[in-house]
Formats: sequence, structure tokens, C-alpha cells
Amino acid sequence: MREITLSKAVNEAIAEEMRRDPAIFLMGEDVAEAGTPFKVLSGLVEEFGPNRILDTPISEPGFMGMAVGAAMTGSRPIVDLMFGDFIFLVMDQLCNQAAKTHYMSGGKLSVPLVLRTNLGATRRSAAQHSQSLHALVAHIPGLRVAMPSSAYEAKGLMKTAIRDENPVVIFEDKLMYNDKAPVPDEEYLIPFGEANILREGRDITLIGTSSMVQVCEQAAEILAEQGIEAEVIDPRTIVPLDEDTLINSVKKTSRAIVVDEGHQSFGITGEIASRLNEKAFYHLDAPVQRLGAMDVPVPFSPALEDITVPTPERVVEQALKAIKGELFHGA
Amino acid sequence: MSRNAKKSNHEAYVRMYQQMVRIRAFEDNANKLYLAAKMPGLTHMYSGQEAVAVGICEALKSTDKITSTHRGHGHCVAKGADFKEMFCELLGKEEGYCRGKGGSMHIADQENGNLGANAIVGGSAGIATGAALSAKHLGKDDVTVCFFGDGALGQGLLYEVMNMAALWNLPVIYACENNLYGEYTKVEEMAAGELTGRAKAFGIETFVVNGQDVLAVNKLSEELVERARKGEGPFFIQLDTYRYHGHHVGDINREYYRPKDEEELWKTERDPITNFGAWLLKEKVLSQQELDQIHDEVSQDAKDAVAYAEAAKYPDISEVDMHVYKQNPVGGAA
Repeated sequence: MREITLSKAVNEAIAEEMRRDPAIFLMGEDVAEAGTPFKVLSGLVEEFGPNRILDTPISEPGFMGMAVGAAMTGSRPIVDLMFGDFIFLVMDQLCNQAAKTHYMSGGKLSVPLVLRTNLGATRRSAAQHSQSLHALVAHIPGLRVAMPSSAYEAKGLMKTAIRDENPVVIFEDKLMYNDKAPVPDEEYLIPFGEANILREGRDITLIGTSSMVQVCEQAAEILAEQGIEAEVIDPRTIVPLDEDTLINSVKKTSRAIVVDEGHQSFGITGEIASRLNEKAFYHLDAPVQRLGAMDVPVPFSPALEDITVPTPERVVEQALKAIKGELFHGA
Repeated sequence: MSRNAKKSNHEAYVRMYQQMVRIRAFEDNANKLYLAAKMPGLTHMYSGQEAVAVGICEALKSTDKITSTHRGHGHCVAKGADFKEMFCELLGKEEGYCRGKGGSMHIADQENGNLGANAIVGGSAGIATGAALSAKHLGKDDVTVCFFGDGALGQGLLYEVMNMAALWNLPVIYACENNLYGEYTKVEEMAAGELTGRAKAFGIETFVVNGQDVLAVNKLSEELVERARKGEGPFFIQLDTYRYHGHHVGDINREYYRPKDEEELWKTERDPITNFGAWLLKEKVLSQQELDQIHDEVSQDAKDAVAYAEAAKYPDISEVDMHVYKQNPVGGAA
């Protein structure tokens, strides 16, 4: 099978969907000729023209709000938000308007839009271009949240997002744009709410989102060398969350670590750990552990930045503690 | 009442008078329901501003869109909504326009092109401008009117979207209802410079009109809607008007920010319904008896709708988590 980059996969997904449905258009900053700073959208304006690949001024709340109005009236907009950190700028339009319109109108109006943006630290971009803010939007009912972990996932999830009748926020890891993975030539979609078990194991479950899936896979390799079988699961979408697959895995392994690049406090890791505690408590041999980003603004200095995010080594260290029964209260 | 029928002046005059009377009657009843503690939550009265909503919406087709505000009952009635569903919504009943989930501040009436009231001041500016972008994208000739108050001039979103509307010649009309107060504060204390100067800065054509004169509002709106339909938009209208009630129905003792004699002046000398009624009599469009009949009929309609809504049932509690997400079509997305 051919291998393509995550960037190319996103580009293909959008192009295929735009060929299928003329109601789709894409708007954002420097999306046309520039093809975004990450060159993810290169070539689209040449095929679809400037009316469907729409360069906007630097006005995130403005074009986010316009996408909501466009989606309510028959168009299917894709909004490109250059950095995930800018999500704070669009919060009212995303969370007060897009997320609530279907509900507040008693089901009469709907907002089928996609907000594609990114996450991920260690690019030396400092505190305002490095955050992983998916927990903020996952908290708001009415939004769906997808987190692709490879080129294959990115293409299939993007196509599903575009066809969804609800507002979907899709977070791509900006450090993975050049990562290649096998992607079939044939069309495929990846349904929301169906977790992917990447590796089966009986000793511990490692749940990772986005690039943390790679971290979990690397940790599983290291653990395997020590005779420990880790099961690695990618939830793919955190809203909706495939609770059943996660719970069934933990019932089998009796231990779990949840790894995510958002800040550890009040985040995705806590939410998933809590659900596992509520629904698989009597199957657990150790507390479910959380590994998120440190609760600090992302620092610029490489010496500091690298220690703020979960690494395979830390996953391994925590996994061994869980397996050896070394997780004590207060430890 | 067919809103798309080709109208004679006579028909249009009568309809505009009826619609203004309907808005006033709706608000009087809503106020009573609230004061009698029969209406939950809070509500914001449109009384006094009727000529704005009616003069503009008379110029629109039912396929044209509007976005509305927390003070939105008038826009909703003017765009063609029925009393029954509106009162049901205000009382949180199942038969309300939004099945009771939106309430006074979120009434939406998609069939008549009302994309919804919005409880965030200035929050619908993006939606309105996006609806106009959508019409252009889909090759429709729909025009969108964005209603907002002078208070929304403090919101940055408005300037971002007016900029894009001007860059892309979008068919949107920004209707700024200057009722002189943003909540409990005078407009002069909140907005520096000329109100229209804001839109002029983007090269948008601006207009100022007496918002108590329904004929003046309608004449300007007819012109601008047709021009917007031909791709000559966007436009910005400042409509000078006055709200008779406080910011919301509970805002009773308000002399600290608004003198009683000022309220009295607007009510007695500048009332849009009284003045238009007098004009209709003078021009012999309607007789006093016909005017009275309109008031009587509207009053009876409102009374019947209130009684209906009071007796109507609440949504079943199973609806609480319905409509959080729209069901995707079978075989479509997940």
C-alpha cells in the first residue's frame, strides 16, 4: 500500500469531499495560495477556486461566526484555525453559538461545520502556539471532537467529520504533518465513537490520543522486551467516546494508564480514568493512572519544554509501578 | 397572510399596522404573564420599537433571513411567526417554536427565515454575515438582515464581520436599533464618535432613519433589500428608536438612568402605532372603525394564544437530552 504524509491525507480528504458536495467551502487565514503555514492545503485553491477556498482576514471570531451562519443556511463550511491556541478567540461562536443552536432551536436548526485545528508541544513555539486544548471543547455538549493519530486516521476521520450534521472539532498534531503511514487509494471513512485497538495485551491497557498513541506504542515495545504485554487503544474521537472498548480492555488487563497531551488537571486523562474507575472498579488491580502535560504554560527553552509532555519512558515507569503494586497513596 | 403576494400600497399599509399592533399586544401579554409570575425566567420588551422590525421585515421575503437579539419578540412576529407557538415557547411548553428549549431569548422560526434570537449581545453578527456568505456561495438571492442594538457596537465581532462583508460584497444589512440605552447605560457613555462612522470606515454605505416612522423605515428597507439582492451590499442603517420598558421586565425603578418625562415624551408624541394610525385615518386608508377592529382582533388572538399556551403541556422529561446532537442519516456519517 502507498504511504502518504498526514498532511497529504488531510488534503486528500478535503479535496475528495469538496468534489462530492458543492455545498462545502473552506475558510481561514492563508488557506488559498499559501496553503496554510504547514502547507496542508496546497493545491486546493487551484482546483476549487478562491470562492471555495476562502482567504480571510486575521479575524478568528469573525470567520468562525460566519461559518456558523453559513452552516445554518445550507452550506457546509470547513474552518481552518491556524493554531489550536487560537481556539480561545473563537470560544463564543463555537461554544455559545455552534454547539447550542440545534438544541436551543428544539432541533430545527443545525450547524454542520468542521473546525480543523492542531495541538502539540515540542516545536519550540512557546506558550501561545503549543497548547493541546481539546478538553476545553470536549466539555461542551453539542460538539464532537476527533483526534487523528496517523495519516490513515486523519483521512478517514476528516471525511466523517465533513459528513457529520453537527459541529466537529478535529485536532491534528502539528508535529505529525510529515509522518507517513499506509493509506489506501480507495475511499474509506472511519466512524466516530469506535476506538481502535492497535496492539493486544493482557497485563496493562495504555490509552493514548493523537500523537500519544505513538508514545503508548513505543512504551508497549519497551514493556514487551521485559515480558509485559500492554494493550494499546486509540479512542479516535473523545466525543463520542467508545467507553465499551476501553472498559472491556481494562476488565481484561486490570490496569490502565491514560496518556494525553492536554494539561493533566481537569482534562481528558482524568475523565477517562474516572469512567474506568466507575465502571470497571472491581476488575482493577491498581489505580488508573493519568499522564498528561505538566500544568505549566508551555515553556520555550527546549531543555524545559521536553519535560512537560508524556514520553514512552514515563509511561513505562508508571506501567511497571502499576504491575509491581508500587502505587501507594500519596506516592 | 401571504407575505410574498404582490402587494398594493393599501395592503402593505394595513399589514404593517396590524403587525405593529400584534407586536405591542404580544409584549403587553408577555409582560402580564411575567408580572403574574406565570412566565419563568426573564424577558426583554420590544414595545416602542415596532416600526423598526415591521418596516424592515415588510421589505423581506419569507426566504430572506434575519438574526435577532435578546429583545427579539418584535423581530419574530414581524418575520411571520404565530402567537400560539411564541407564547408556548415563552412558557417553556412542548408546542413552542423550540419545544420549550430556547425560551424568550432564543426563539427561532426557521420556516420564516428567522435564524434565532441571541442572548449574547452582538453574538449574531457572525451568523447573519455567514448566512449572507452562504447565499452567495449557494447561488441564492436571499438577503440577510442583522438586527442589533446600540449596545452591540461595543463588540469586536461586529467589526470583523462588517470588514469581511464589505470585502466580499455580501447581501447583508446591519440594522442598528439605537434605542439610546445599552442595558442601564446611555449610548453616549458607551459609544465614542458617530455610530455610522463605524461602518463607513469599512466603506459600507450608511443611513440614518427615524425608527418610529414605519413608512420611512420601510421605504429605505425596500430600496436597500433590492440593492443587496443585486449584489450591491452590505449596508448599515441606524434606526433611532426607544424602548418603553426597562432593559428587562424586572427593571422597574430606573429613574437613576432614564427620566420619566423622557419616557413620557416618546410614548405620547412619538409612538409608532398611534402616529401611523393617525396617518392612515388622515389619508383615508382605514376608518376609525377599521382601526378599532384591528386592535380588537389582535387582542382576541393574543388572549386566545395565551390561554392556549397556559393550558398546553410541558415537554416530556425524556426530551432533556434530545437535540444535543443531530442524528446523522443512516448510511452517512457516524
